[in-house]
Amino acid sequence: MDMTDLEGRARQVRARVLEMAHAGGSPHVGSALSCVDLLVGLYFSVLRIHPARPEDEARDRFILSKGHGCMAQYAVLVERGFFPASLLDEYARDGGCLSEHPSPRCVPGIELAAGSLGHGLPVGAGLALAARMRRQSYRVFVLISDAECYEGSVWEAALFAPAQRLDNLVALIDYNNWSAMSRTSPVLEPFSTKWGAFGWGVADIDGHDLPAIVSTLAGVPLEPGRPTAVIAHTTKGKGVSFMEDDLEWHYRPPNKDDLERALAEINGPTPRRSSGDRRP
Amino acid sequence: MRNAFIRSLTALAQQDERVVLLTGDLGYKIFDEFAERFPGRFLNAGVAEANMTGVAAGLALGGLRPFTYSIVPFATLRCFEQIRNDICYNNAGVTIVGVGGGYSYGPNGPSHHGLEDIAVMRALPNMTVVCPGDPVEAELAVLASASHRGAIYLRLGRAGDPVVHLQPPQFRIGQAITLRQGTDCALISTGGMLPVAVAAADLLEAEGISSRVVSMHTVKPLDQTTLRGCCLECRAMFTLEEHSMIGGLGAAVSEWLAANDLRCRLRCFGTADRFMHCSGSQAYLRQRDGLAAEQIAAEVSSWLKEHRRC
Repeated sequence: MDMTDLEGRARQVRARVLEMAHAGGSPHVGSALSCVDLLVGLYFSVLRIHPARPEDEARDRFILSKGHGCMAQYAVLVERGFFPASLLDEYARDGGCLSEHPSPRCVPGIELAAGSLGHGLPVGAGLALAARMRRQSYRVFVLISDAECYEGSVWEAALFAPAQRLDNLVALIDYNNWSAMSRTSPVLEPFSTKWGAFGWGVADIDGHDLPAIVSTLAGVPLEPGRPTAVIAHTTKGKGVSFMEDDLEWHYRPPNKDDLERALAEINGPTPRRSSGDRRP
Repeated sequence: MRNAFIRSLTALAQQDERVVLLTGDLGYKIFDEFAERFPGRFLNAGVAEANMTGVAAGLALGGLRPFTYSIVPFATLRCFEQIRNDICYNNAGVTIVGVGGGYSYGPNGPSHHGLEDIAVMRALPNMTVVCPGDPVEAELAVLASASHRGAIYLRLGRAGDPVVHLQPPQFRIGQAITLRQGTDCALISTGGMLPVAVAAADLLEAEGISSRVVSMHTVKPLDQTTLRGCCLECRAMFTLEEHSMIGGLGAAVSEWLAANDLRCRLRCFGTADRFMHCSGSQAYLRQRDGLAAEQIAAEVSSWLKEHRRC
């Protein structure tokens, strides 16, 4: 896998996210930027999918459970060729097909409705169970947010999946250490211990390290017979220095000046390494 | 109805290998035969209804035909948003089976009473609401669900509900069953109130009042043809349900009348807008809400006398 190519894709996706947020006047740009690298790693290297056959029965299922990050998913689907970039203009527009939380099959590649937190993992477990019952070999990847793990239904599924030995299920947690109002780590920690205690195979990775993302997700299940939880340590607003780890960008849409500054950083000749990286 | 349901589901599972049954840790021993015959297709999902409902949506999206099973409030209210977002929004073909409609679990108290379920299930897009009137209808409803597209809420009574239909009627989801013709009044019942409607009709007949008895087993979508017939041909319509007066069959019929600018006398029988704090059997609690056959017959009779001229 050519990591330079993936990095270029990630830059392109970030640029599109910023443009959508600006044009749509919509929030959650920080949440979208935090999961861009995870999505690029998945869509360009891990998922067994075919943009020309988005409903292929054998496809891996990807569920974005943190629906408010969907700008990143829309942009990645465009980058991967699921639908034309021109459709992104419909984002958050009256009568447009792309809402600020995805509708099921609003565009090819969107598997499931999202927006309310705590729904994706149980449904993903059901899809994983269906694969086993119907003797299909697809895998199910569910991207959930760290704050989403406050929802009880996440832990109902966390009990269920190992009991059913769903080793074709992967929970990928975008751990940017922010809920909509507070830091999450004081509530969640020790986080990986919890998943491990529930019977999941667990890995902690840097959620912006593309080689680590790809190699970890390519190696699932991490433990035979168990579902996998990958805790990806990320930075909210990743890639734009003045948005990184700043909760304001959960709410504030970038204005014209913000957009220009952000794009200049992303498209700059030497994208600078930010100090906001948190590695496990 | 509970036993009819599982008998029918077992027969359906034999024909259709997509049928999967998930229970929220309820139904001790009654699923033994199903589990033995279809071991890979029975799952006790535990006391975790939100997860069970999400899993069922995933199974449906993965090509299976899941049924979830629990007592009415746990099957519907505890996991309401999972039903709304995971099942209905995604248009997943899940049948949600609520056992214990109305006061079926009377002595268990209001936590176990099912009195708001029709209202909330009816409000959901892509949801069909079926409340069989007796075990025969329950059995037929399960079979009919196999060829239905989309989600169904199937509201059952419990074990030992009386059989009303001595011969199996023609059963189609969305098509009411008229058990008896009459023109003085139409007694339109849903769910386990059907035997009460028939008994009330018998009492009224002894007074010389002819009742049309309709089992409106599907509350959503309403059978408008049958309703229109009742409206045009009977002096008054009475809805009977073991459910809150808010949002159930009576409310649905009222909305339909208003939306269609039809004029027909309508009186709704249902449960009052309060929690029933006292203990009691189903028969006792129904009586507290004026839902016994004698009470209904007396109310209908006096109402018809008062409104003789209309």
